[in-house]
Amino acid sequence: MLTVTNLNKTFNAGTVNEKHVIKDLSLTVNDGDFITIIGSNGAGKSTLLNLISGNVPVDSGRINLGGTDITYQSDVKRAKRIGRVFQDPMMGTSPDMWIEENLALAYRRTGRHTLRWGIKPQERETYRAALAQLNLGLEDRLQSKVGLLSGGQRQAVTLLMATLQKPELLLLDEHTAALDPKTAATVLTLSDQIIKEHNLTALMVTHNMQNAIDYGNRLIMMHDGRIIFDIAGEEKKKLTVEALLQKFEEISGSEFANDRALLS
Amino acid sequence: MSIATIVSGVAQGVLWAILTVGVYLSFRVLDVADLTVEGTFPLGAAVSVVLINKGMNPLLAVLIAVLVGMLAGVVTGTLITVFKIPPILSGILTMIALYSVNIRIMSDKATVSVAGSSIKDLIASLIKKDLFSGDLTKYYPYVLSITTGFICCALIVAVLYLFFGTELGSAVRATGSNPVMARAMGIQTNLMIILGLAISNGLIALSGSLIAQFDYGSALVNMGQGTIVIGLASVIIGEVLFIHKEHSFAYKCGAVVAGAVIYRTIIACALTIPGLKATDLKLITAIIVAVALALPVFKTRAADVKKRRTNLGEAQGC
Repeated sequence: MLTVTNLNKTFNAGTVNEKHVIKDLSLTVNDGDFITIIGSNGAGKSTLLNLISGNVPVDSGRINLGGTDITYQSDVKRAKRIGRVFQDPMMGTSPDMWIEENLALAYRRTGRHTLRWGIKPQERETYRAALAQLNLGLEDRLQSKVGLLSGGQRQAVTLLMATLQKPELLLLDEHTAALDPKTAATVLTLSDQIIKEHNLTALMVTHNMQNAIDYGNRLIMMHDGRIIFDIAGEEKKKLTVEALLQKFEEISGSEFANDRALLS
Repeated sequence: MSIATIVSGVAQGVLWAILTVGVYLSFRVLDVADLTVEGTFPLGAAVSVVLINKGMNPLLAVLIAVLVGMLAGVVTGTLITVFKIPPILSGILTMIALYSVNIRIMSDKATVSVAGSSIKDLIASLIKKDLFSGDLTKYYPYVLSITTGFICCALIVAVLYLFFGTELGSAVRATGSNPVMARAMGIQTNLMIILGLAISNGLIALSGSLIAQFDYGSALVNMGQGTIVIGLASVIIGEVLFIHKEHSFAYKCGAVVAGAVIYRTIIACALTIPGLKATDLKLITAIIVAVALALPVFKTRAADVKKRRTNLGEAQGC
């Protein structure tokens, strides 16, 4: 279980560019929750994920994961328990290393880095089976450099790497936004499949309202550093994009402004 | 250009190759342009020569020199990672600091000649001079250098190959390749950069120590000048000549070693051209590196010109 309590984050404090991005935000994520997060430009969606993963330090508030306070834990330490997929497909893999070497790093995410072999022969079967699930033909290319793969393939590998060792929490930060529509759909389906299969707890930021409605069991809408709408279960399933937009205008008193959401 | 010139070039090259492998690690594997090299190189020489002159076992003296060199790498690595000083500046800071340190180690002298029993003497006791007679005698010192350099390079490449296959070695490679991903995979990137620079500078100190003993016969306070460029030149020559597709790490290291040998041989031959002086060496080196680094630009230009010509030619044709 992830509990976020009274979280605050201000960027460029004390300057003209001061921006209070996260305002007293509290959120409880239950084990097995797959939450989609939508919101207008600058609502603080990515910042929230960065605060949880430890890439951005908090100003005040607490973050608790599975009973341990991780508010002041380093991002590297948290990475042993939290899996991440970034928006940029180039971010999550090492282009100069083979597919199997990348997966071997992921396989050791939770452990220490010793002088034992970086990859054992019997692991290859595990990797081959995991890659076969992706249906991208990568299982026969274990010794290809990741740099040779397309953006979609790299993102699929990143997804696999984030979940190879079951993470307590999976953070997906607009991870399909940089892909073409067809590839984006494939990667999204894969994400859903992996999350369901391993019963993962996940937070997925997306700019696509329809995706936010179609995937996951709970939906959160953010605006101006706060959660303004939190809906789950049957109620969520009945949502439509129109209803969601209307809800947004009702609560926030402003028009939903997300460039990409409006364009897609 | 005589055979003796070529052999002397190879003899220097195999010792410089150790430095080149060190530069390859920082420049290519870690993706950090580490200028500490210019301070670590004379540091390795100074520490080992002074200890040898004090009567220490030469192998132990060299080992200590390597460890001290690694420490210099740790300092630069700490400046980069903990204090967030840009890598180039961090290297320059350590390099400048080492200049003073080296002079202290050498007791305020600019040159300290090898006066004790060195590695060269050790190898000479294994390969006796009587094996060479007449004209071949002049090759004797080169044979000693080549044997030592070759054994060292082979051992280093083998050990590095094994190391970069381990979990820890993979973590270092991942850090150099994509630090964001490495951190997301729970890798302590700061430690990996420090470790990588320590290994790199340890090798560079070893190279300085051996060159002082075999080639210069002394440790010189300014022997580090230009070593980063020499290292880069060798790396680039090795890559341009031997690396055209995907290769194993050991092969790439071997290519870089060969690059160093070829570079030194070219330099040795170039210096026999009438009118060129030994002091022109750095100018030649700089030109070689500049040309090698500019090669990709030349290639695209040439391709562009060719395209333009065909395009214009077709236009005129109809």
